[in-house]
Amino acid sequence: MDLNSLTISQLRAQLAAGETTSVELTRAFLERVKATDGKINAFITVCEQEALTAADEADQRIAAGNAAPLTGIPLAVKDIFNTREVRTTCASKILDNYVSPYDATAVARLREQGAVIIGKLNMDEFAMGSSNENSAAGSVKNPWDLSRVPGGSSGGSAASVAAGQVLATLGTDTGGSIRQPASHCGVVGLKPTYGRVSRYGVVAYASSLDQVGPLARNVEDCATLLGAVAGYDPADSTSVDVPVPDYLATLKEGVKGKKIGLPQEYFIDGLDADVQAAVEAAIETYKQLGAEIVEVNLPHTDYAVACYYLIATAEASSNLARYDGVRYGVRVDNGEGLIGMYQRTRAAGFGDEVKRRIMLGTYALSSGYYDAYYLKAQKVRTLIRQDFLAAFEQVDFMLTPVAPTPAFRIGEKVNDPLQMYLSDIFTIPVNLAGTCALSLPCGVSSEGLPIGLQLLGKAFAEAEILQAAWAFENATDFGGKLAPL
Amino acid sequence: MKINREDVEHVARLARLALQPAELDALTGQMDAILDYVEKLNELDTEGITPTAHAVPMENAFREDLVKPSIGIARAQQNAPDKDGSCFKVPKVIE
Repeated sequence: MDLNSLTISQLRAQLAAGETTSVELTRAFLERVKATDGKINAFITVCEQEALTAADEADQRIAAGNAAPLTGIPLAVKDIFNTREVRTTCASKILDNYVSPYDATAVARLREQGAVIIGKLNMDEFAMGSSNENSAAGSVKNPWDLSRVPGGSSGGSAASVAAGQVLATLGTDTGGSIRQPASHCGVVGLKPTYGRVSRYGVVAYASSLDQVGPLARNVEDCATLLGAVAGYDPADSTSVDVPVPDYLATLKEGVKGKKIGLPQEYFIDGLDADVQAAVEAAIETYKQLGAEIVEVNLPHTDYAVACYYLIATAEASSNLARYDGVRYGVRVDNGEGLIGMYQRTRAAGFGDEVKRRIMLGTYALSSGYYDAYYLKAQKVRTLIRQDFLAAFEQVDFMLTPVAPTPAFRIGEKVNDPLQMYLSDIFTIPVNLAGTCALSLPCGVSSEGLPIGLQLLGKAFAEAEILQAAWAFENATDFGGKLAPL
Repeated sequence: MKINREDVEHVARLARLALQPAELDALTGQMDAILDYVEKLNELDTEGITPTAHAVPMENAFREDLVKPSIGIARAQQNAPDKDGSCFKVPKVIE
Protein backbone atom coordinates (compact mmCIF):
# COMPACT_ATOMS: atom_id res chain seq x y z
CA MET A 1 0.00 0.00 0.00
CA ASP A 2 1.35 3.40 -0.96
CA LEU A 3 0.33 5.51 2.01
CA ASN A 4 1.59 8.67 0.40
CA SER A 5 -0.86 8.77 -2.47
CA LEU A 6 -3.98 8.58 -0.31
CA THR A 7 -6.33 11.27 0.97
CA ILE A 8 -7.42 11.77 4.57
CA SER A 9 -10.92 10.48 3.85
CA GLN A 10 -9.53 7.33 2.20
CA LEU A 11 -7.28 6.73 5.20
CA ARG A 12 -10.20 7.31 7.54
CA ALA A 13 -12.17 4.64 5.70
CA GLN A 14 -9.25 2.21 5.95
CA LEU A 15 -8.85 2.93 9.65
CA ALA A 16 -12.57 2.40 10.24
CA ALA A 17 -12.49 -0.88 8.31
CA GLY A 18 -9.52 -2.12 10.31
CA GLU A 19 -7.35 -2.35 7.16
CA THR A 20 -4.65 -0.30 8.82
CA THR A 21 -3.96 1.28 12.20
CA SER A 22 -2.92 4.75 13.23
CA VAL A 23 0.31 3.31 14.69
CA GLU A 24 1.09 1.73 11.32
CA LEU A 25 0.32 4.97 9.48
CA THR A 26 2.32 7.05 11.90
CA ARG A 27 5.33 4.77 11.57
CA ALA A 28 5.08 4.95 7.78
CA PHE A 29 5.07 8.75 7.73
CA LEU A 30 7.88 8.95 10.32
CA GLU A 31 9.89 6.63 8.03
CA ARG A 32 9.21 8.91 5.09
CA VAL A 33 10.44 11.89 7.14
CA LYS A 34 13.63 10.00 8.02
CA ALA A 35 14.20 9.05 4.39
CA THR A 36 13.61 12.49 2.88
CA ASP A 37 14.23 15.24 5.40
CA GLY A 38 18.00 15.20 4.99
CA LYS A 39 17.32 16.58 1.50
CA ILE A 40 14.65 19.22 2.21
CA ASN A 41 15.04 20.17 5.92
CA ALA A 42 11.29 20.64 6.42
CA PHE A 43 11.20 19.59 10.09
CA ILE A 44 12.69 21.44 13.06
CA THR A 45 11.44 18.91 15.61
CA VAL A 46 10.17 15.36 15.06
CA CYS A 47 7.97 14.11 17.94
CA GLU A 48 8.31 10.36 17.42
CA GLN A 49 7.44 9.15 20.92
CA GLU A 50 4.59 11.62 21.44
CA ALA A 51 3.22 10.72 18.00
CA LEU A 52 3.27 6.97 18.61
CA THR A 53 1.53 7.45 21.96
CA ALA A 54 -1.15 9.60 20.32
CA ALA A 55 -1.51 7.03 17.52
CA ASP A 56 -2.05 4.26 20.06
CA GLU A 57 -4.75 6.31 21.79
CA ALA A 58 -6.35 6.99 18.40
CA ASP A 59 -6.46 3.27 17.62
CA GLN A 60 -8.28 2.66 20.91
CA ARG A 61 -10.73 5.44 20.09
CA ILE A 62 -11.38 3.98 16.62
CA ALA A 63 -11.88 0.53 18.15
CA ALA A 64 -14.36 2.04 20.62
CA GLY A 65 -16.32 3.43 17.67
CA ASN A 66 -16.14 7.15 18.42
CA ALA A 67 -13.67 8.37 15.81
CA ALA A 68 -13.74 12.00 14.58
CA PRO A 69 -12.73 13.00 11.00
CA LEU A 70 -9.04 13.31 11.91
CA THR A 71 -8.71 10.51 14.47
CA GLY A 72 -5.47 8.64 13.86
CA ILE A 73 -4.35 10.83 10.93
CA PRO A 74 -0.67 11.90 11.09
CA LEU A 75 -0.23 15.67 10.63
CA ALA A 76 2.43 18.28 11.36
CA VAL A 77 2.31 21.97 12.26
CA LYS A 78 4.49 25.00 11.60
CA ASP A 79 6.87 25.71 14.49
CA ILE A 80 4.95 28.93 15.18
CA PHE A 81 2.21 26.99 17.04
CA ASN A 82 2.67 26.49 20.75
CA THR A 83 2.59 22.75 21.43
CA ARG A 84 2.42 21.60 25.03
CA GLU A 85 5.71 20.22 26.39
CA VAL A 86 7.25 20.31 22.91
CA ARG A 87 9.98 22.72 21.79
CA THR A 88 8.49 25.72 19.94
CA THR A 89 11.24 27.85 18.36
CA CYS A 90 9.53 29.89 15.62
CA ALA A 91 12.83 29.18 13.80
CA SER A 92 14.56 31.75 16.00
CA LYS A 93 17.68 31.52 18.12
CA ILE A 94 15.88 33.61 20.75
CA LEU A 95 13.39 30.76 21.36
CA ASP A 96 15.93 27.98 20.87
CA ASN A 97 15.31 26.51 24.34
CA TYR A 98 11.58 27.32 24.66
CA VAL A 99 9.29 24.43 25.60
CA SER A 100 5.69 25.58 25.53
CA PRO A 101 3.56 25.03 28.65
CA TYR A 102 0.32 25.01 26.60
CA ASP A 103 -1.27 24.16 23.23
CA ALA A 104 -2.43 26.74 20.69
CA THR A 105 -6.20 26.47 20.16
CA ALA A 106 -5.75 25.20 16.57
CA VAL A 107 -3.43 22.46 17.85
CA ALA A 108 -5.79 21.63 20.72
CA ARG A 109 -8.65 21.25 18.21
CA LEU A 110 -6.59 18.81 16.13
CA ARG A 111 -5.76 16.84 19.27
CA GLU A 112 -9.42 16.79 20.40
CA GLN A 113 -10.20 15.02 17.12
CA GLY A 114 -7.44 12.51 17.84
CA ALA A 115 -5.06 13.72 15.12
CA VAL A 116 -1.45 12.57 15.50
CA ILE A 117 1.05 15.45 15.41
CA ILE A 118 4.36 14.04 14.24
CA GLY A 119 6.41 17.23 14.44
CA LYS A 120 7.09 20.93 14.05
CA LEU A 121 7.88 22.41 10.67
CA ASN A 122 10.58 24.79 9.52
CA MET A 123 9.70 28.37 8.57
CA ASP A 124 11.16 31.83 8.17
CA GLU A 125 12.08 33.21 11.61
CA PHE A 126 8.94 34.66 13.23
CA ALA A 127 7.15 34.10 9.88
CA MET A 128 9.11 36.93 8.28
CA GLY A 129 10.17 35.94 4.80
CA SER A 130 9.16 34.68 1.37
CA SER A 131 11.81 32.03 0.83
CA ASN A 132 12.42 30.15 4.09
CA GLU A 133 16.03 31.34 3.97
CA ASN A 134 15.56 33.30 7.23
CA SER A 135 15.50 30.28 9.54
CA ALA A 136 17.84 29.61 12.45
CA ALA A 137 17.28 25.94 11.60
CA GLY A 138 18.61 26.42 8.05
CA SER A 139 16.91 26.88 4.68
CA VAL A 140 14.20 24.53 3.49
CA LYS A 141 14.77 23.17 -0.04
CA ASN A 142 12.03 22.92 -2.65
CA PRO A 143 11.29 19.18 -3.12
CA TRP A 144 10.82 19.71 -6.88
CA ASP A 145 14.26 21.30 -7.29
CA LEU A 146 16.63 21.28 -4.35
CA SER A 147 18.48 24.37 -5.62
CA ARG A 148 15.31 26.45 -5.25
CA VAL A 149 13.37 27.95 -2.35
CA PRO A 150 10.07 26.38 -1.23
CA GLY A 151 8.62 29.86 -0.64
CA GLY A 152 7.88 31.28 2.76
CA SER A 153 7.22 31.73 5.47
CA SER A 154 5.41 28.37 5.80
CA GLY A 155 8.07 26.73 3.60
CA GLY A 156 8.42 23.63 5.76
CA SER A 157 4.63 23.18 5.85
CA ALA A 158 4.41 23.21 2.04
CA ALA A 159 7.60 21.24 1.27
CA SER A 160 6.65 18.53 3.74
CA VAL A 161 3.26 17.95 2.07
CA ALA A 162 4.84 17.96 -1.42
CA ALA A 163 7.40 15.40 -0.26
CA GLY A 164 4.73 13.09 1.17
CA GLN A 165 6.06 13.38 4.72
CA VAL A 166 2.52 14.12 5.90
CA LEU A 167 -0.83 14.50 4.14
CA ALA A 168 -1.59 17.91 5.59
CA THR A 169 -0.12 20.62 7.78
CA LEU A 170 -1.05 23.87 9.46
CA GLY A 171 0.68 27.11 8.49
CA THR A 172 0.07 30.81 9.00
CA ASP A 173 -0.38 33.56 6.44
CA THR A 174 0.32 37.26 7.14
CA GLY A 175 1.15 38.42 3.60
CA GLY A 176 1.03 35.18 1.60
CA SER A 177 2.92 32.79 3.86
CA ILE A 178 0.56 29.86 3.18
CA ARG A 179 -0.38 30.57 -0.45
CA GLN A 180 3.03 31.44 -1.91
CA PRO A 181 4.84 28.32 -0.59
CA ALA A 182 1.82 26.19 -1.56
CA SER A 183 2.17 27.58 -5.08
CA HIS A 184 5.94 26.98 -5.23
CA CYS A 185 5.63 23.42 -3.89
CA GLY A 186 2.56 22.33 -5.90
CA VAL A 187 0.16 21.83 -2.99
CA VAL A 188 -3.16 23.38 -1.92
CA GLY A 189 -3.01 26.12 0.73
CA LEU A 190 -5.85 28.19 2.20
CA LYS A 191 -5.69 31.49 4.04
CA PRO A 192 -9.04 31.81 5.80
CA THR A 193 -10.85 35.08 6.47
CA TYR A 194 -9.35 37.08 9.34
CA GLY A 195 -11.04 35.83 12.51
CA ARG A 196 -12.10 32.46 11.05
CA VAL A 197 -9.47 30.50 13.00
CA SER A 198 -8.24 31.33 16.50
CA ARG A 199 -4.77 32.87 16.79
CA TYR A 200 -4.50 31.91 20.47
CA GLY A 201 -1.12 30.29 21.07
CA VAL A 202 0.22 31.26 17.63
CA VAL A 203 3.41 33.30 18.00
CA ALA A 204 2.35 36.79 16.88
CA TYR A 205 3.96 38.58 13.94
CA ALA A 206 1.42 41.19 12.73
CA SER A 207 -1.75 40.69 14.73
CA SER A 208 -4.20 42.47 12.41
CA LEU A 209 -3.04 40.33 9.45
CA ASP A 210 -1.96 36.91 10.84
CA GLN A 211 -4.29 33.99 10.12
CA VAL A 212 -3.98 30.20 10.58
CA GLY A 213 -4.76 27.88 7.66
CA PRO A 214 -4.27 24.40 6.19
CA LEU A 215 -1.95 23.07 3.48
CA ALA A 216 -2.65 19.69 1.88
CA ARG A 217 -2.09 17.71 -1.29
CA ASN A 218 -5.70 18.10 -2.40
CA VAL A 219 -8.66 20.40 -1.91
CA GLU A 220 -10.73 17.89 0.05
CA ASP A 221 -8.05 17.40 2.71
CA CYS A 222 -7.68 21.16 2.97
CA ALA A 223 -11.43 21.44 3.61
CA THR A 224 -11.30 18.68 6.22
CA LEU A 225 -8.51 20.42 8.13
CA LEU A 226 -10.17 23.84 7.95
CA GLY A 227 -13.38 22.34 9.34
CA ALA A 228 -11.42 20.95 12.28
CA VAL A 229 -9.73 24.20 13.32
CA ALA A 230 -12.23 26.92 12.33
CA GLY A 231 -14.61 28.61 14.73
CA TYR A 232 -14.93 31.11 17.53
CA ASP A 233 -12.54 30.85 20.47
CA PRO A 234 -13.13 32.85 23.66
CA ALA A 235 -9.34 32.94 24.16
CA ASP A 236 -8.93 35.01 20.94
CA SER A 237 -11.25 38.01 21.09
CA THR A 238 -10.56 38.76 17.41
CA SER A 239 -11.92 35.37 16.37
CA VAL A 240 -15.39 35.84 14.90
CA ASP A 241 -18.52 34.06 16.04
CA VAL A 242 -19.80 33.03 12.61
CA PRO A 243 -21.09 29.43 12.25
CA VAL A 244 -18.64 27.00 10.61
CA PRO A 245 -20.30 25.34 7.59
CA ASP A 246 -19.72 21.72 6.60
CA TYR A 247 -17.06 22.40 3.96
CA LEU A 248 -17.19 18.84 2.62
CA ALA A 249 -20.97 18.89 2.13
CA THR A 250 -20.83 21.57 -0.60
CA LEU A 251 -17.42 20.71 -2.04
CA LYS A 252 -18.61 19.02 -5.23
CA GLU A 253 -21.35 21.42 -6.34
CA GLY A 254 -19.31 22.91 -9.20
CA VAL A 255 -19.03 26.43 -10.59
CA LYS A 256 -21.80 26.48 -13.22
CA GLY A 257 -23.25 29.99 -13.41
CA LYS A 258 -20.66 31.49 -11.05
CA LYS A 259 -19.17 34.86 -11.90
CA ILE A 260 -15.38 34.90 -11.69
CA GLY A 261 -13.59 38.26 -11.64
CA LEU A 262 -10.18 38.84 -13.22
CA PRO A 263 -8.61 41.88 -11.53
CA GLN A 264 -6.80 43.63 -14.36
CA GLU A 265 -4.05 44.94 -12.07
CA TYR A 266 -2.84 41.35 -11.46
CA PHE A 267 -2.19 40.60 -15.12
CA ILE A 268 0.82 42.84 -15.52
CA ASP A 269 3.98 43.14 -17.60
CA GLY A 270 6.72 41.20 -15.91
CA LEU A 271 4.54 38.21 -15.16
CA ASP A 272 6.54 35.08 -16.00
CA ALA A 273 5.40 33.68 -19.38
CA ASP A 274 4.78 30.16 -18.03
CA VAL A 275 2.76 31.56 -15.11
CA GLN A 276 0.70 33.67 -17.49
CA ALA A 277 0.04 30.73 -19.83
CA ALA A 278 -0.97 28.45 -16.94
CA VAL A 279 -3.37 31.00 -15.46
CA GLU A 280 -4.89 31.75 -18.89
CA ALA A 281 -5.44 28.02 -19.42
CA ALA A 282 -7.11 27.86 -16.01
CA ILE A 283 -9.50 30.64 -17.07
CA GLU A 284 -10.45 28.54 -20.13
CA THR A 285 -11.06 25.54 -17.88
CA TYR A 286 -13.44 27.55 -15.72
CA LYS A 287 -15.31 28.73 -18.85
CA GLN A 288 -15.73 25.11 -19.89
CA LEU A 289 -17.00 24.29 -16.42
CA GLY A 290 -19.78 26.81 -16.96
CA ALA A 291 -18.48 29.85 -15.11
CA GLU A 292 -18.78 33.38 -16.45
CA ILE A 293 -15.55 35.41 -16.61
CA VAL A 294 -15.76 39.15 -15.89
CA GLU A 295 -13.04 41.80 -15.82
CA VAL A 296 -12.86 43.73 -12.55
CA ASN A 297 -10.52 46.33 -11.06
CA LEU A 298 -8.65 46.58 -7.77
CA PRO A 299 -7.22 50.05 -8.43
CA HIS A 300 -4.99 50.32 -5.34
CA THR A 301 -3.13 47.03 -5.88
CA ASP A 302 0.12 48.81 -6.68
CA TYR A 303 0.19 50.35 -3.18
CA ALA A 304 -0.35 47.12 -1.25
CA VAL A 305 3.29 46.12 -0.74
CA ALA A 306 4.24 49.56 0.62
CA CYS A 307 1.15 49.60 2.84
CA TYR A 308 1.88 46.09 4.14
CA TYR A 309 5.54 46.70 4.97
CA LEU A 310 4.58 49.64 7.18
CA ILE A 311 1.63 48.01 8.97
CA ALA A 312 3.22 44.57 9.38
CA THR A 313 6.56 45.90 10.61
CA ALA A 314 4.92 48.37 13.00
CA GLU A 315 2.84 45.57 14.54
CA ALA A 316 5.89 43.28 14.59
CA SER A 317 8.04 45.82 16.41
CA SER A 318 5.39 45.97 19.13
CA ASN A 319 4.72 42.20 19.27
CA LEU A 320 8.41 41.27 19.39
CA ALA A 321 9.08 43.61 22.32
CA ARG A 322 8.19 40.62 24.51
CA TYR A 323 11.48 38.87 23.68
CA ASP A 324 13.51 40.50 26.40
CA GLY A 325 15.28 37.59 28.12
CA VAL A 326 13.08 37.80 31.21
CA ARG A 327 10.26 35.23 31.17
CA TYR A 328 11.39 32.75 28.51
CA GLY A 329 13.88 32.31 25.74
CA VAL A 330 17.59 32.95 25.56
CA ARG A 331 19.24 35.61 27.79
CA VAL A 332 22.57 37.29 27.07
CA ASP A 333 23.76 39.26 30.11
CA ASN A 334 27.18 40.90 30.23
CA GLY A 335 26.67 42.81 33.45
CA GLU A 336 25.51 46.09 31.87
CA GLY A 337 22.25 46.18 33.83
CA LEU A 338 18.69 45.52 32.68
CA ILE A 339 18.66 47.65 29.52
CA GLY A 340 22.04 46.26 28.49
CA MET A 341 20.71 42.72 28.96
CA TYR A 342 17.68 43.52 26.75
CA GLN A 343 19.91 44.96 24.02
CA ARG A 344 22.43 42.08 24.04
CA THR A 345 19.73 39.41 24.22
CA ARG A 346 17.80 40.83 21.28
CA ALA A 347 20.90 41.53 19.16
CA ALA A 348 22.13 37.97 19.66
CA GLY A 349 18.73 36.26 19.43
CA PHE A 350 17.16 37.79 16.32
CA GLY A 351 18.28 37.17 12.74
CA ASP A 352 18.89 39.88 10.13
CA GLU A 353 15.41 40.01 8.59
CA VAL A 354 13.70 40.14 11.97
CA LYS A 355 16.00 42.96 13.08
CA ARG A 356 15.31 44.80 9.82
CA ARG A 357 11.54 44.60 10.31
CA ILE A 358 11.71 45.58 13.99
CA MET A 359 13.84 48.58 13.00
CA LEU A 360 11.51 49.61 10.17
CA GLY A 361 8.44 49.23 12.38
CA THR A 362 10.01 51.08 15.29
CA TYR A 363 10.89 53.92 12.92
CA ALA A 364 7.37 54.01 11.43
CA LEU A 365 5.85 54.28 14.92
CA SER A 366 8.42 56.69 16.34
CA SER A 367 7.73 60.24 17.37
CA GLY A 368 7.32 62.57 14.40
CA TYR A 369 6.85 59.77 11.83
CA TYR A 370 3.66 58.05 13.05
CA ASP A 371 1.27 60.14 10.92
CA ALA A 372 3.48 60.08 7.84
CA TYR A 373 3.98 56.31 7.80
CA TYR A 374 1.75 54.19 10.07
CA LEU A 375 -1.41 56.31 9.93
CA LYS A 376 -0.98 56.89 6.20
CA ALA A 377 -0.65 53.12 5.65
CA GLN A 378 -3.80 52.44 7.67
CA LYS A 379 -5.72 54.89 5.48
CA VAL A 380 -4.41 53.24 2.31
CA ARG A 381 -5.48 49.92 3.82
CA THR A 382 -9.03 51.29 3.88
CA LEU A 383 -8.81 52.05 0.14
CA ILE A 384 -7.51 48.54 -0.61
CA ARG A 385 -10.29 46.99 1.44
CA GLN A 386 -12.90 49.13 -0.34
CA ASP A 387 -11.53 47.90 -3.70
CA PHE A 388 -12.26 44.32 -2.62
CA LEU A 389 -15.75 45.12 -1.32
CA ALA A 390 -16.63 46.87 -4.60
CA ALA A 391 -15.26 44.03 -6.76
CA PHE A 392 -17.15 41.41 -4.75
CA GLU A 393 -20.41 43.23 -5.51
CA GLN A 394 -19.87 42.29 -9.15
CA VAL A 395 -18.52 38.73 -8.90
CA ASP A 396 -18.68 35.59 -6.73
CA PHE A 397 -14.92 35.24 -6.44
CA MET A 398 -11.73 36.35 -8.21
CA LEU A 399 -8.93 34.47 -9.97
CA THR A 400 -5.26 35.57 -10.18
CA PRO A 401 -1.73 34.20 -10.19
CA VAL A 402 -0.27 33.49 -6.70
CA ALA A 403 3.24 34.71 -7.45
CA PRO A 404 4.79 36.53 -10.44
CA THR A 405 7.29 33.67 -11.02
CA PRO A 406 7.75 30.00 -10.08
CA ALA A 407 10.13 29.24 -7.19
CA PHE A 408 13.34 31.26 -7.43
CA ARG A 409 16.85 30.01 -6.63
CA ILE A 410 18.22 29.84 -3.09
CA GLY A 411 20.33 32.97 -2.57
CA GLU A 412 18.85 34.81 -5.56
CA LYS A 413 17.03 37.56 -3.60
CA VAL A 414 18.62 37.27 -0.20
CA ASN A 415 20.66 40.48 -0.49
CA ASP A 416 17.82 42.63 -1.81
CA PRO A 417 15.01 42.90 0.78
CA LEU A 418 12.83 45.08 -1.45
CA GLN A 419 12.91 42.59 -4.36
CA MET A 420 12.05 39.83 -1.89
CA TYR A 421 9.10 41.85 -0.59
CA LEU A 422 7.81 42.45 -4.12
CA SER A 423 7.52 38.68 -4.70
CA ASP A 424 4.41 38.85 -2.44
CA ILE A 425 2.65 41.43 -4.58
CA PHE A 426 -0.35 39.19 -5.44
CA THR A 427 -0.91 37.73 -1.98
CA ILE A 428 -0.54 40.74 0.33
CA PRO A 429 -3.75 42.61 -0.66
CA VAL A 430 -5.96 39.78 0.64
CA ASN A 431 -4.43 40.06 4.13
CA LEU A 432 -4.96 43.81 4.11
CA ALA A 433 -8.61 43.30 3.05
CA GLY A 434 -9.04 40.52 5.62
CA THR A 435 -10.78 38.21 3.15
CA CYS A 436 -9.99 34.59 2.24
CA ALA A 437 -8.00 33.08 -0.63
CA LEU A 438 -6.46 29.78 -1.62
CA SER A 439 -3.67 28.56 -3.86
CA LEU A 440 -3.90 25.38 -5.90
CA PRO A 441 -1.70 23.81 -8.58
CA CYS A 442 -2.59 24.90 -12.15
CA GLY A 443 0.47 24.03 -14.19
CA VAL A 444 4.16 23.27 -14.47
CA SER A 445 6.86 25.60 -15.80
CA SER A 446 9.24 24.71 -18.63
CA GLU A 447 11.78 23.94 -15.88
CA GLY A 448 9.40 21.50 -14.19
CA LEU A 449 8.37 23.79 -11.33
CA PRO A 450 4.81 23.95 -9.97
CA ILE A 451 2.66 27.00 -10.76
CA GLY A 452 -0.20 28.06 -8.50
CA LEU A 453 -3.60 29.61 -9.15
CA GLN A 454 -5.13 31.94 -6.57
CA LEU A 455 -8.88 32.05 -5.90
CA LEU A 456 -9.97 35.04 -3.83
CA GLY A 457 -13.22 34.78 -1.90
CA LYS A 458 -15.51 37.10 0.02
CA ALA A 459 -15.24 37.29 3.80
CA PHE A 460 -16.23 33.92 5.31
CA ALA A 461 -16.78 32.40 1.83
CA GLU A 462 -14.19 29.64 2.28
CA ALA A 463 -16.79 27.04 1.23
CA GLU A 464 -17.24 28.80 -2.11
CA ILE A 465 -13.55 28.96 -3.06
CA LEU A 466 -12.98 25.38 -1.89
CA GLN A 467 -15.86 24.35 -4.16
CA ALA A 468 -14.33 26.23 -7.11
CA ALA A 469 -10.91 24.74 -6.36
CA TRP A 470 -12.34 21.21 -6.20
CA ALA A 471 -14.05 21.70 -9.56
CA PHE A 472 -10.74 22.75 -11.15
CA GLU A 473 -8.71 20.03 -9.46
CA ASN A 474 -11.09 17.36 -10.72
CA ALA A 475 -11.28 18.76 -14.25
CA THR A 476 -7.48 18.84 -14.64
CA ASP A 477 -4.47 16.73 -13.74
CA PHE A 478 -2.21 19.20 -11.91
CA GLY A 479 -3.03 18.42 -8.29
CA GLY A 480 -2.06 15.69 -5.85
CA LYS A 481 1.44 15.19 -7.22
CA LEU A 482 4.24 13.89 -5.05
CA ALA A 483 7.68 15.42 -5.59
CA PRO A 484 10.26 12.86 -6.78
CA LEU A 485 12.75 12.58 -3.91
CA MET B 1 18.27 60.35 1.86
CA LYS B 2 15.25 59.47 3.98
CA ILE B 3 17.31 58.20 6.88
CA ASN B 4 20.96 58.53 7.96
CA ARG B 5 23.21 56.47 10.19
CA GLU B 6 22.50 58.59 13.28
CA ASP B 7 18.74 58.04 12.80
CA VAL B 8 19.35 54.29 12.52
CA GLU B 9 21.40 54.30 15.74
CA HIS B 10 18.58 56.17 17.48
CA VAL B 11 15.96 53.67 16.26
CA ALA B 12 18.19 50.77 17.39
CA ARG B 13 18.24 52.27 20.89
CA LEU B 14 14.43 52.59 20.84
CA ALA B 15 14.14 48.96 19.67
CA ARG B 16 16.61 47.75 22.35
CA LEU B 17 18.96 46.23 19.80
CA ALA B 18 22.74 46.40 20.39
CA LEU B 19 23.67 46.37 16.71
CA GLN B 20 27.22 46.04 15.37
CA PRO B 21 28.69 48.88 13.25
CA ALA B 22 28.47 46.71 10.13
CA GLU B 23 24.78 46.01 10.83
CA LEU B 24 24.08 49.72 11.28
CA ASP B 25 25.82 50.47 7.97
CA ALA B 26 23.85 47.82 6.08
CA LEU B 27 20.54 48.83 7.67
CA THR B 28 21.05 52.49 6.80
CA GLY B 29 21.14 51.68 3.09
CA GLN B 30 18.37 49.06 3.22
CA MET B 31 15.98 51.15 5.32
CA ASP B 32 16.61 54.14 3.09
CA ALA B 33 15.68 52.10 0.00
CA ILE B 34 12.54 50.71 1.65
CA LEU B 35 11.44 54.13 2.95
CA ASP B 36 12.03 55.56 -0.51
CA TYR B 37 9.77 52.83 -1.93
CA VAL B 38 6.94 53.34 0.59
CA GLU B 39 6.98 57.05 -0.31
CA LYS B 40 4.66 56.04 -3.15
CA LEU B 41 1.76 56.00 -0.67
CA ASN B 42 1.93 59.80 -0.83
CA GLU B 43 0.70 59.63 -4.43
CA LEU B 44 -2.71 58.88 -2.90
CA ASP B 45 -4.97 61.54 -1.44
CA THR B 46 -6.20 60.06 1.84
CA GLU B 47 -7.80 63.23 3.18
CA GLY B 48 -10.94 62.24 5.10
CA ILE B 49 -10.31 58.48 4.80
CA THR B 50 -10.91 56.54 8.03
CA PRO B 51 -7.86 54.43 8.94
CA THR B 52 -8.34 50.63 9.13
CA ALA B 53 -6.78 49.11 12.24
CA HIS B 54 -8.52 45.74 11.81
CA ALA B 55 -10.03 44.05 8.79
CA VAL B 56 -13.11 42.87 10.64
CA PRO B 57 -14.98 45.81 12.20
CA MET B 58 -15.46 44.91 15.86
CA GLU B 59 -16.65 46.54 19.03
CA ASN B 60 -15.00 45.73 22.34
CA ALA B 61 -15.21 42.05 23.27
CA PHE B 62 -16.50 41.90 26.83
CA ARG B 63 -16.63 38.89 29.13
CA GLU B 64 -17.48 38.25 32.75
CA ASP B 65 -14.58 38.97 35.11
CA LEU B 66 -14.34 35.47 36.57
CA VAL B 67 -11.42 33.63 38.13
CA LYS B 68 -10.58 30.53 36.07
CA PRO B 69 -7.86 27.89 36.39
CA SER B 70 -4.54 28.95 34.84
CA ILE B 71 -1.29 27.12 34.14
CA GLY B 72 0.16 27.95 37.55
CA ILE B 73 3.45 29.47 38.68
CA ALA B 74 5.70 26.45 38.13
CA ARG B 75 4.66 25.99 34.49
CA ALA B 76 4.70 29.72 33.84
CA GLN B 77 8.30 29.81 35.10
CA GLN B 78 9.52 26.65 33.38
CA ASN B 79 11.27 28.64 30.63
CA ALA B 80 12.62 31.45 32.79
CA PRO B 81 16.33 32.22 32.23
CA ASP B 82 16.58 33.09 35.94
CA LYS B 83 14.11 32.97 38.82
CA ASP B 84 13.88 33.47 42.56
CA GLY B 85 11.04 31.65 44.26
CA SER B 86 7.86 32.60 42.45
CA CYS B 87 9.49 35.62 40.74
CA PHE B 88 11.36 36.14 37.50
CA LYS B 89 14.83 37.44 38.34
CA VAL B 90 16.38 40.25 36.26
CA PRO B 91 19.68 42.16 36.37
CA LYS B 92 19.88 45.19 38.64
CA VAL B 93 17.47 47.93 37.49
CA ILE B 94 18.42 50.85 39.76
CA GLU B 95 22.05 51.82 40.33
